[in-house]
Amino acid sequence: MPPADDVVLRVENLVKHFPVKGRIPFTSGGVVQAVDGVSFELRRGETLGVVGESGCGKSTLARMLVGLEQPTSGAVRFGESVVHEARGRELRALRRRIQIVLQDPYTSLNPRRTIREILLQPFEIHPDVLDRRRRVERIRELLDLVGLDPDLHLDRYPHQFSGGQRQRIGIARALALQPDVIVCDEPVSALDVSVQAQVVNLLERLQDELGVAYVFIAHDLSVVRHISDRVAVMYLGKLVETGPERGLYEAPRHPYTSALLSAVPVPDPAGRSGRQRILLAGDPPSPVDPPSGCRFRTRCWQATETCATTEPPLAAGPHPVACHYPLAA
Amino acid sequence: MTLLEVADLRVAFPGPTGDVNAVNGVSLHVEAGRTLAILGESGSGKSVTAQAVMGILDAPPARIGGSVRLHGRELLTLPRKQRDRVSGEEIGMVFQDAMAALNPVFTVGHQIVEVLRVRRGMSRVDARRRAVELVERVRIPAARDRLRDYPHQFSGGMRQRIMIALAIALEPDLLIADEPTTALDVTVQAQVMELLAEIQRDSGMGLILITHDLGVVAEVADDVAVMYAGRIVERGTVEQIFAGPAHPYTEGLLASMPRVDRRDEQLYAIPGAPPNPARLPAGCPFHPRCPRVTDECRVTLPPLAALPADRASACHHHEEVLRATRR
Repeated sequence: MPPADDVVLRVENLVKHFPVKGRIPFTSGGVVQAVDGVSFELRRGETLGVVGESGCGKSTLARMLVGLEQPTSGAVRFGESVVHEARGRELRALRRRIQIVLQDPYTSLNPRRTIREILLQPFEIHPDVLDRRRRVERIRELLDLVGLDPDLHLDRYPHQFSGGQRQRIGIARALALQPDVIVCDEPVSALDVSVQAQVVNLLERLQDELGVAYVFIAHDLSVVRHISDRVAVMYLGKLVETGPERGLYEAPRHPYTSALLSAVPVPDPAGRSGRQRILLAGDPPSPVDPPSGCRFRTRCWQATETCATTEPPLAAGPHPVACHYPLAA
Repeated sequence: MTLLEVADLRVAFPGPTGDVNAVNGVSLHVEAGRTLAILGESGSGKSVTAQAVMGILDAPPARIGGSVRLHGRELLTLPRKQRDRVSGEEIGMVFQDAMAALNPVFTVGHQIVEVLRVRRGMSRVDARRRAVELVERVRIPAARDRLRDYPHQFSGGMRQRIMIALAIALEPDLLIADEPTTALDVTVQAQVMELLAEIQRDSGMGLILITHDLGVVAEVADDVAVMYAGRIVERGTVEQIFAGPAHPYTEGLLASMPRVDRRDEQLYAIPGAPPNPARLPAGCPFHPRCPRVTDECRVTLPPLAALPADRASACHHHEEVLRATRR
C-alpha cells in the first residue's frame, strides 16, 4: 500500500491542544497549543529535518506522526490510510510502516529483557511478517547491520551497553519490520560528540542501503544540516520556514531562522571577532497564551503593526516562509 | 602571580571492584582576566577536576592528591573551615542545573541577601540594595520585583542568570562554570555566554569553563585543556588547538563535529567509546580508538610533553599529528 507517487507521508494541518487545569478546581486554565496547524510532505528515501527550541512542539509532532498521540484536528496520511482513523488490520499494517527512534537510549529499552528478546518482540506483534524459524537469523542480520556483533551481544541486557550501542539497538528495533518511515526524535542529543558522529553516519548508511525516509527532529542545527535534504523550522507550534538544506542555511528568509543560525557557536576561533550575531531578547512566550498575529513578533526586531494583527501564512513554493517581511534571499 | 595553579591533581573514588581513578595527574594554571576551557566528554574527569578545585568533593570517600594553589596559597591542606571560606569568597561557581543549585523554598532575593549578610556582614538594607544591583547586572528586567520570586518562577535562562548573580556577589577572583549553558536553548545560550564574557571583561576575574561543546570553546576561550580518561591530553591557546591539534583525540573530535556553516559529505567518527574510568586500558588510554596507534602506545603512557610555542601534547606521535593537521 505505499502510495504511487513518491510522497510517503502527508501531514495536513495537524493540531494538538492540551487542556490545562485552572488555579481554581473544576475550572479550565486554557489550552497549550503545542502543535498548531503543521503541514508537510515527506518523500520516499529523503530526510526532513525539523528544528526548534524546547517547547516548540517538535516532540508532540513526532508522537502524532507515529500515532502515539491523538491530534486535536488534522491528519497524517500514509498512502490511502489516515494514521489516526485506521483500526484493526489497517492500523497494524501502518504501525509496521512507520517506526520511531527515541532520544534516551537508557529508558527506551526494557532493562529486564535481553537484546534477543527486545529485537524479537516486533515479530511477535506482527507474526505474519516472518516465519518463526527465520527470525533469529533476521535479528542477527539486524545487529550486524547496525555495527554490533551478534555472537557477542545477542544475550546481553541493555545496561551492559554504552549509550551509543544502545542507540544502535534502538535503531535495529525500528528497522526490524522494514518500515518506509522512521521518525527520529533527538536520536543523538544524549550521546558524546565522538559517538554522535558514529550514529549519524550509521543513519546515513542505512538510508542509502534501505531507502527509508527519516523525519529527523533535533535542536542541534549543525547535526540537522549534516543529515537533512530539507529542513523545517518550528516556532511555538507552527512551521515558520521550510526549504532545501542549502537554501535554508545559506539564505534564511525568516528572521527567527536567521537569529537561530547566528546563535550557533562555530568551532573556528579565527573568525569569532568578525561574526555578526543576532541576539534575541528573552525566551519564547508561553504556548498557553501565544502572541496575536505572528507568534515571533514579540522577539522580532522588524515587527510592525501588521505583525500584531495578521498572522502570516506559510506561502507555497520550494522555500516557503511565514513572514510579512521575509529577508532578502 | 598566577591566579590558580593546579599541579599533579589526582582524585580517586573507592568502587565495588577497586578504585575509580577519575583524575590522574592534572596540571593547569589560570591567569587573571583569562578564560581556560576544559574540554572533555562524559567520564573524562573534567567536572571532578573542577569540584576538587572548588573544594566541594567529599573526602572521604574521595581521595584527593596533588596541589591546588590560589594566589600561591595551598588549598588542599587548609583546615575545613578556612577552605570553605576561600571557596565561598574567592571562587564563584556556576552549574549546569540551576534548579538543583538554588534552594526551591526561598525567594532568590533571600538567597542573595543571605550570602551578603553572612559573608560580608552587611545590614539587611544594604544587602537588599546590593542584591538589586546584582540582578540588574545580569540583565534581569524588573530586578526589584523579581527578587521576591522563587526559583521555579524563572525560565531556564533567567535562573542561570540568577546563579551567575549569586556567584559574583562576593566579587570572586576566579569563576568556575561547569557546563553553564548545556541545558539551554541555543538562542538563550548565546545570551548567557555573552553575559559571562562581559562580566569577566569588566571584573578581570579568571574563568574556567567546563564544557563538551567545541563550538562554545571556540567562541569564548583563550586557552584550552583537552581531557581524556582523567588526564590532560593536549593544552594550548584556542587558536593553536583549532588550527592544528597536536593529539589524535583532539584531531578526531574536530573532524567528527558537523558544522552549521558548511556541509561535509562524511563525518569522521572516532571508533569505540570513551573508557570506563574503573578499567583504563594500559599504555596510552586513547590507544584502542586511535588511528595512529603503534606498539609503543599499547605499553607506555605518554607524558604531557612541552612543545614549541608554549603548548603541550600527551602523544608519542605528536610531531606526526602536528604535521598532518597544521593548516
